[in-house]
Amino acid sequence: MDKRHFDVELDQLREKLVMMASKVENLINYSIEAIRKRDATVAEAALAMDKEIDRMEIEIEEAAISLMARHQPAAGDLRFLVGAIKINNDLERIGDHGVNIAQSAALLASVPEIKVLADIPWMAGLAVSMLKDSLDSFISGDPEKAREVCSRDDQVDELKDQILRVVLTFMMENPNFISGGMTLILVARNLERIADLATDISEEAIYIYQGKVIKHGAEKQSEEGSVNR
Amino acid sequence: MTGTHHGIVASSNKVEIRSLDFFYGKFHALKSVTMSVQRNMITALIGPSGCGKSTLLRCLNRMNDLIPGASAKGEVLLDGSDIYDPSIEVAELRKRVGMVFQRPNPFPLSIFSNVVYGLKVAGVRNAARLAEVAEQSLRAAWLWDLLKDKLDHSALELPMDQQQRLCVARLLAVQPEVILMDEPCSALDPIATMKIEELMLELKKNYTIVIVTHNMQQAARVSDLTGYMLLGEMIEFGDTNSLFTKPSKKLTEDYITGKYG
Repeated sequence: MDKRHFDVELDQLREKLVMMASKVENLINYSIEAIRKRDATVAEAALAMDKEIDRMEIEIEEAAISLMARHQPAAGDLRFLVGAIKINNDLERIGDHGVNIAQSAALLASVPEIKVLADIPWMAGLAVSMLKDSLDSFISGDPEKAREVCSRDDQVDELKDQILRVVLTFMMENPNFISGGMTLILVARNLERIADLATDISEEAIYIYQGKVIKHGAEKQSEEGSVNR
Repeated sequence: MTGTHHGIVASSNKVEIRSLDFFYGKFHALKSVTMSVQRNMITALIGPSGCGKSTLLRCLNRMNDLIPGASAKGEVLLDGSDIYDPSIEVAELRKRVGMVFQRPNPFPLSIFSNVVYGLKVAGVRNAARLAEVAEQSLRAAWLWDLLKDKLDHSALELPMDQQQRLCVARLLAVQPEVILMDEPCSALDPIATMKIEELMLELKKNYTIVIVTHNMQQAARVSDLTGYMLLGEMIEFGDTNSLFTKPSKKLTEDYITGKYG
């Protein structure tokens, strides 16, 4: 006997998630490129990409729920389906942040270019690489890679705070720049959220493949608890 | 009570049951049951013990005729023709609509003889033809590779799940159109059950299957359509996914969530 029908359906769900992840990565890269190139025209295209991502989110969620209702999965299969539902939601939210960034690109293109922009591409690069690596860790079943992604989130948070300080200072000195500055802060905020969601995806990958819950420092707390006993 | 039906397309009906009432003497076992069995799909009947699901199943090939005092009112249409019409040849009906029972019941004969029994009864004597059909049927039941070198062995030596699959092969040899299965996995362990379920999913490509099961998780796993019965009535019938994720009736929800029965 070959694979179970259930395994075939699980594979199909995994493929759909991979496809959705690919669309989300494309949207984020597209939106960030628009910031770099000061391209005002991308917002509409980004919205269309996001609509497709939203459609896929619903399709994947319904498929996962159906599999759980019909097959009462246990162990790794159950963890995969629970993780898939969460990763699916995370991907959809990342898509929304991509749209926000694309819309910000349109706004930034209409104001003079400002040197303070310099750290945004760097932050974008970090967030995008976290996203890519978190998705890889899920697709290829690499919990160590997932843990490594989680360790990079603090750096992105610090960079966001740094950008916020620099932009605020610039806005106070250059009131004409307030509109552009607010938009830059929003872009930084969206990139920070993308990095957070990439961390969530990594945590879910660790749960799927190792059955461990590491969010909110749970793993560290449980280790400390065992040491203190 | 009229049951709730989700998304049934009339043109794909292999079997239609219309306002079927069934009595064991004075006992009203089925109450105005209406449902459709669609071609090349697995339809499951679930419900607590005594709800009438096996009675309904046996109506589909008139096995209930064998019970003294049993009577039916209403229609059961196979490809549009009423199987309770007096002109119907019941033996012929039971070739078209075959049945697999709860306990595997291979005959105390060789594996080969079990498979070709129905053909021989129908008068087929050509050895080449019998061998050909035996191989096809055993392949369809995923038994050929396992048993091809011991076709002369007693069927009773086989483990339970292979005995059950042999019963399926025996059925397939007479080329049925509909396969009725009355709790086919009750006597089997979980691995054997899984093999039978996988076989059913394969068989539905070529046959229409109706299964009665007291294991509603089995119904959820294998079936395309599910009917929930209670006290002789069809409470809800429709797409399995819908029934197990968002049933329309509270009675259905209570049963599938374990609050009742």
